[in-house]
Amino acid sequence: MASISGKPPFKETNRVIVKSETFASIDDSVNKPIETAPFKTPLWWWIGFFMAASLLGVYLVTITMLITKGIGIFGNNQPVAWGFPIINFVWWIGIGHAGTLISAALLLFRQPWRTSINRAAEAMTIFAVVCAGLYPILHLGRPWVFYWLAPYPNTFGLFPQFRSPLDWDLFAISTYASVSILFWYIGLVPDFATLRDRARNTFMQWFYSLLSLGWNGSAKAWQRYMRAYLILAALSFPLVLSVHSTIAMDFAVGQLPGWNNTIMPPYFVAGAVFAGFAMVNILAIPLRKAFGLERLITYRHIDNSSKLMLATGMIVVYGYAVELFMAWYSGVEFERYMAFNRVLGTDHGWAFALLIFCNLIAIQPLWSKRVRQNMTMVFIISIIVSIGMWLERYVIVVVTLTKDFLPGSWGDYVATFWDYSMYLGSFGLFFTLWFLFIRLLPSIATSEMKELQHHDSHHGSDYYEEQRAEEFSKKGLPV
Amino acid sequence: MPNYFPPNANAFAKWLIWGGVIFTALLATSLTVFARTSNNKVRVPIEQPVAFSHALHNGQLGLDCRYCHTSVEVAAAANIPPTETCMTCHSQIRVGSPQLAAVQASWDSGEPIVWNKVHDLADFVYFNHSAHINKGIGCSSCHGRIDQMAAIWKNKPMTMGWCLECHRNPAAFVRPKSEVFNMAYVPPAEGQLELGEQLVEAYHINEEKLPQCSTCHR
Repeated sequence: MASISGKPPFKETNRVIVKSETFASIDDSVNKPIETAPFKTPLWWWIGFFMAASLLGVYLVTITMLITKGIGIFGNNQPVAWGFPIINFVWWIGIGHAGTLISAALLLFRQPWRTSINRAAEAMTIFAVVCAGLYPILHLGRPWVFYWLAPYPNTFGLFPQFRSPLDWDLFAISTYASVSILFWYIGLVPDFATLRDRARNTFMQWFYSLLSLGWNGSAKAWQRYMRAYLILAALSFPLVLSVHSTIAMDFAVGQLPGWNNTIMPPYFVAGAVFAGFAMVNILAIPLRKAFGLERLITYRHIDNSSKLMLATGMIVVYGYAVELFMAWYSGVEFERYMAFNRVLGTDHGWAFALLIFCNLIAIQPLWSKRVRQNMTMVFIISIIVSIGMWLERYVIVVVTLTKDFLPGSWGDYVATFWDYSMYLGSFGLFFTLWFLFIRLLPSIATSEMKELQHHDSHHGSDYYEEQRAEEFSKKGLPV
Repeated sequence: MPNYFPPNANAFAKWLIWGGVIFTALLATSLTVFARTSNNKVRVPIEQPVAFSHALHNGQLGLDCRYCHTSVEVAAAANIPPTETCMTCHSQIRVGSPQLAAVQASWDSGEPIVWNKVHDLADFVYFNHSAHINKGIGCSSCHGRIDQMAAIWKNKPMTMGWCLECHRNPAAFVRPKSEVFNMAYVPPAEGQLELGEQLVEAYHINEEKLPQCSTCHR
């Protein structure tokens, strides 16, 4: 993938922003790709967009099949009533969590390295929530009456069962989606204003003018903006923990062996952030290369996000260990059999083995700084982690359901063609939105980057940074 | 800094927000009202191939419901009478009347009269007439004053919420079995609940099972 910014190659760095960057250079490097005329869009974008849109077509065909034929086209049946749709739902929603963590939690903790990846990560969150949210709706059987989940004055004389976590899901996901979109949009407003001011043709001027909501850059506007941004950050921070806890409760409240565990909510949250950071790496590493954004998304960002991936990954592995221990310690025959079947079962034991490889063994190289500084390695490990986290949900959903209490009610699960096509198709939806996003909107928050640049140019070389630079140069790594 | 929109665009934006709120509220209200009224065809007389009047047969002549709807006490469906039932009287009475032409034609050809359905319950609802009749729910509780209707209409909305009004509190509606076919029955002005509770017990109405999903959705 060739850089389209036309800048000369430069030395990679471990600073949060390259020292020579200026306000103008930040604006240019982020906004140039967006301002490119449609017919000058680079070929890689067209190829990527075309592939994504084709997969989106697969998705639409699957949905059409689903609505005309019913959910019988999926492999879901007794005893595995939750198959691919729920696995993929949990997988997608988990991916979103890293975006919220980066944009809200790291903002409140004043971590400067969040700044250049927060916009892309938030976009990832929203697109992942879209993909996730469609799954539970589509697997309802009658998707067009999904609004029955909402408490509204209906003619059935019924209200949703508020004691069921399945209904909490509705509130968790819709809150998550609306807060994420609002947060993302508020952050975009000053950048839209920049684009409006840079725009050369009337259409672009009107388009970005509308989106920037009359932003005038006055001190008052900035003050109010910062306040709104912080409030929204404080609102979304708890969502990092609450949304996936709610989803974990879908399982934990059930009484099946392997589901009914108190460890589920924290371990699901860790797993979500784990998978999310893997996806951040998968998206950010090609993005910085393709758009020539190496000066803004530096090795420091990938390094830090890999560290978080390692940390949350180890929490997840701890969760596996606790699950197995609790199965033994509980003394419950069914729990013990579930653990045995999960690890050593002849039909699905492969999934657990592969899962341990992906989520435990494959992330161990990340302890090494050299690996975290190697983009190819990080990219490959991130993909392995994504697969691993999918397998984790597969193990939790399918392996648990196939063999519960009575051997008489045991059964097997085989995913059908449409299960796979729907999963593949949801990638189409995600990446279509992603390619449109990187082409039409600034994928880095320029206003925040300028703030960071200002701060860095005045206070950048503090004692900690010098220490770090010294340590890195000794090892022959980029400073 | 260039301004591409005039200053009053701000006012427009504000009104857009308020307009959105008002629009959503109106939409919600009208959908709620729609679900409860026009969609349900409540109290709308349904045209039939024969201008059969319940007001005449049941109200004035005093024919019992069960003379025609023979299966109502023993089966899930209260049957629509075959032409033979009409002809028990009309082979002798008002023979040749133009109003009875369709009945006569059906009798001659053997083709049943195709009546138009008035109460069309959803297929996923299991409804049993005999269960209601034998536990003290009167015809008029659901169907209204049939004895006064020249053409039949649906007297109640037949929504699930309406069913549940009684299934959640049967004592408020149950009447003595002897009054089930009495169209003019009026529940006692005072003491319906006390009477109802006694009857619920006497008729073995399982109040716990009544509001559960599987009672009607089997």
